[in-house]
Amino acid sequence: MADARQSPLQKVLGRSTRTLRVRASVIIMAVVVLAVVLVPPLAQLDQQAVDLAQKLRPPSWAHPFGTDDVGRDLLLRCVYGLRVSLMVGAVAALAATLIGTAVGAAAGAFGGWTDRVVMRLVDTCSSVPHLLLGIFVVAMFRPGVWPVVASVALTHWLSTARIVRSEILSLRSRPFIDAAISGGASRWRVTVRHLLPGVVPQAGLAAVLMVPHAMWHESALSFLGLGLPAHQASLGNLVQSARGSLLAGDWWPTLFPGLLLILPTLAIAGLVGAWRERLSPRRRSELML
Amino acid sequence: MLELSNITAGYERGKPVVRDVSLAVSRGEAVGLLGPSGCGKSTLARVAALLHRPDAGTVVLDGTTVTDYRHRAPRALRTTVGVVFQSPRLSADPRLRLRDLIAEPLKATGRRIEIRERVDELARAVGLGGDLLTRSVHEVSDGQLQRACLARALVLRPRLLICDEMTAMLDASTTAALVAAVENYRRETQASLLAVGHDQVLLDRWCDRTVSWDVPPPA
Repeated sequence: MADARQSPLQKVLGRSTRTLRVRASVIIMAVVVLAVVLVPPLAQLDQQAVDLAQKLRPPSWAHPFGTDDVGRDLLLRCVYGLRVSLMVGAVAALAATLIGTAVGAAAGAFGGWTDRVVMRLVDTCSSVPHLLLGIFVVAMFRPGVWPVVASVALTHWLSTARIVRSEILSLRSRPFIDAAISGGASRWRVTVRHLLPGVVPQAGLAAVLMVPHAMWHESALSFLGLGLPAHQASLGNLVQSARGSLLAGDWWPTLFPGLLLILPTLAIAGLVGAWRERLSPRRRSELML
Repeated sequence: MLELSNITAGYERGKPVVRDVSLAVSRGEAVGLLGPSGCGKSTLARVAALLHRPDAGTVVLDGTTVTDYRHRAPRALRTTVGVVFQSPRLSADPRLRLRDLIAEPLKATGRRIEIRERVDELARAVGLGGDLLTRSVHEVSDGQLQRACLARALVLRPRLLICDEMTAMLDASTTAALVAAVENYRRETQASLLAVGHDQVLLDRWCDRTVSWDVPPPA
């Protein structure tokens, strides 16, 4: 019987865990995106409203996520924080992918010495921890959103450059590139018209996977006090300011921002996994982070 | 038209696939190059089409001694040679429609005005009718795609056509149609032909002379 191959979870739920994972990911992402897009303009509430009489209240109907140490509603703070984190994550991931694609394509299309020099530079950069390089970049500017975006973009393009380069190298040796060269196409035309369109699926996948990376990087920087200014709600800042109350046994100011950092990450990984499985069904996908 | 002298070529240093081979094709002549699988005839064809730099030897194309290959070769010299490869699937950019595939060399060399007239003319010459030109590469059969690849090779009116196992994957009627299309083009333009293959009967009937390459494949 087919039951023999089902995991206990599958037996309980009565359907494959893969469908379940995809559905859960879609629902989480939908809720997150809708909340981030709709709540700030629709709910005319002030996320900065301080109410010292209500400080550090545990979750209740009035404040589903509780309140922080100056009595601000944490649900509202979390939504605003997620908005900033997602925005920074998406923009930084896009920028990192563009840089990585440009560098990888240049290395792959030119080959030879260009390729060797560029890829050794990439190796050198990736031998330094991301966070350390990122701190270097933010330290050069006043705190704000754009330095954080730059910090993520300038440290996270390396893996995309590697992926794009190897894709281009494999495309470059195909006969249709020979045919294009023989037909008089310039190096630029071959790269832009024939090679780059072929790497779009891989680069797109890398870009989507980069979003949670970028969110985590932003949170790490903010947690260290180097990212966004402390008054601006971001997931990293929320966790950072909740640190003190955690020692006093107040768990909610840390738990909810933390969960909101983890859940979208898992959801994006789940969606990308499903996408990869569609692209190459023979390869069982694992959670890629 | 084409003179290959003492060509040694390969893909890894110190492991040549082609050793000290010479071959000449004169103007208007059709030469068949016959050899077993793996003997390096495709590599020699790539050298002749300026797509692969040989380790040693000289290539003289249309009176010009070739010094640079691939992108570095002057565009006018590169487009003197038209190439058709063995596998039409691999030699066509999978994103294109057949019309764009055939027109690609015209676009690449900045001759967009000629596209409409030239593509229709060539489609007729290679026998691509109906709605085939508007279909994508994955929507046509191998034979239809190879017809389009031949049209692409002829679109810039090359003075030398290199057919590297052009008909190896095709049925007899498509083979006959493609060979007829090549011969019609050559009659009009006095172009030379280097046909690479392993089918002796076909090459003997098609070409003015056939060169047999009896080197055993490198061990």
